[in-house]
Amino acid sequence: MKRLLALLLLALPASAQDRRSGFEDMARETQAMQRDDMQNPGMLWVAEGEDRFNRDCTACHSEASMRGVAARYPAWDEATGAPIDLAGRISACVERHQRVAPPARESQPLLALTAYVAHQSRGLPISRPSDPRLAPALEQGRALYGERRGQLDLSCVQCHDDNAGRRLAGSTIPQAHPTGYPLYRLEWQGVGSLQRRLRGCMTGVRSEPFAYGAAEYVALELFLNDRAAGMLLETPAVRP
Amino acid sequence: MGDIARAVPRRVALALALLLATPARADEAPLTDVPGDAARGRAIVADRTRGLCLLCHAGPIPEERFQGNLAPPLDGAGLRWSAAELRLRLVDGKRLNPDSIMPSYYRVEGLHRVSPAQRGRTILAAQEIEDVVAYLLTLREEPPR
Ligand code: HEC
Ligand code: HEC
Repeated sequence: MKRLLALLLLALPASAQDRRSGFEDMARETQAMQRDDMQNPGMLWVAEGEDRFNRDCTACHSEASMRGVAARYPAWDEATGAPIDLAGRISACVERHQRVAPPARESQPLLALTAYVAHQSRGLPISRPSDPRLAPALEQGRALYGERRGQLDLSCVQCHDDNAGRRLAGSTIPQAHPTGYPLYRLEWQGVGSLQRRLRGCMTGVRSEPFAYGAAEYVALELFLNDRAAGMLLETPAVRP
Repeated sequence: MGDIARAVPRRVALALALLLATPARADEAPLTDVPGDAARGRAIVADRTRGLCLLCHAGPIPEERFQGNLAPPLDGAGLRWSAAELRLRLVDGKRLNPDSIMPSYYRVEGLHRVSPAQRGRTILAAQEIEDVVAYLLTLREEPPR
């Protein structure tokens, strides 16, 4: 009977198996910090983003129109003919429509605006990228996720698929779902993007990270979102 | 029993690995003329930025609190393996199991996008490998159950 059950479980497609947000693996106190907006330090970035949005963006957009946007990014960018992530879109919007220098990746203004926009999708399910023009980048992301890299010669798969839930020294290895970004990380003492997190994992295996904004990161983000389709957005999440 | 089942493929794999290894790099032989120093080896194993071992393995190093569980405990390694076998696992365990997650501590070729600071450098130096082997040989008690 047990064996039959095990066989049945194996037969289920990966998507039907238990997917867990990194939230589930956190200590209770850290979970409480994320849950309570009054305690969640990421809400300070959201509030700053709201001010900037109301000042710079409402000529074209309303707050209500931002609901659901983060759940369908990265998306296809007609202007450049390439996939673009949410921070890239916001940065391009500032440049194209306000005709000022675009805010740099990982700068406070861009993190704040991105956190604010993504917060409008909190609780919504991540949607599967559907534009067929995204397919090559999605496959590139899948390949990057499976590729061994760095002096330690490890791939994302080896930690986040094969060993998720186990302990790498003191850290529980999460399943690497991008549900919370931009998020407040205790180790950073600040808010950071998904690209910053990916860089951290890349330098962790002593590999050369890509430059911020590189197509490789957008491809990985696309793949991670596809893998997490249906999971609920948490921005701004808190992580250890 | 379980041991024999494990020992057979291990011996075959080891023989294969030794056949494939060029004579100049037969990894059963020590990498240096200076015998390993077990105390220095222990310090390397305990150091998360040098040996990195406790990221994945647990071991009898009680002062290091956060030990990993991605790999079998190091306790008893000196009962299970000879110096040559331990050395091979450290130098390039992927010759035994190409899918292993354990890094190859003394190999520079065949790696991808190594960070510039580490490019062309092995994770541990030859003498450090000898020190770690000497330490592992002192681990002659099975892990606490
Ligand atoms: C050696 C193990 C290891 C490898 C290899 C690795 N990671 Fe991670 N990753 C971790 C750990 C551990 C964490 C949890 C954060 C922490 O405590 O450092 C993490 C966190 C993450 C998160 C954040 C999840 C959350 O809940 O916010 C993402 C996303 C991620 N990794 C993606 C990747 C990708 C993509 C790759 C490959 C380019 C990769 N990781 C390679 C160990 C690894
Ligand atoms: C990223 C993970 C990782 C790191 C870091 C690591 N190992 Fe391992 N090690 C493993 C795994 C997994 C195995 C099990 C066999 C396999 O998959 O190759 C293993 C096997 C071993 C074995 C054989 C264990 C047995 O009794 O069967 C020894 C000895 C060993 N490792 C020593 C070390 C030492 C010493 C270090 C540091 C200098 C180290 N390992 C670093 C993952 C790791």
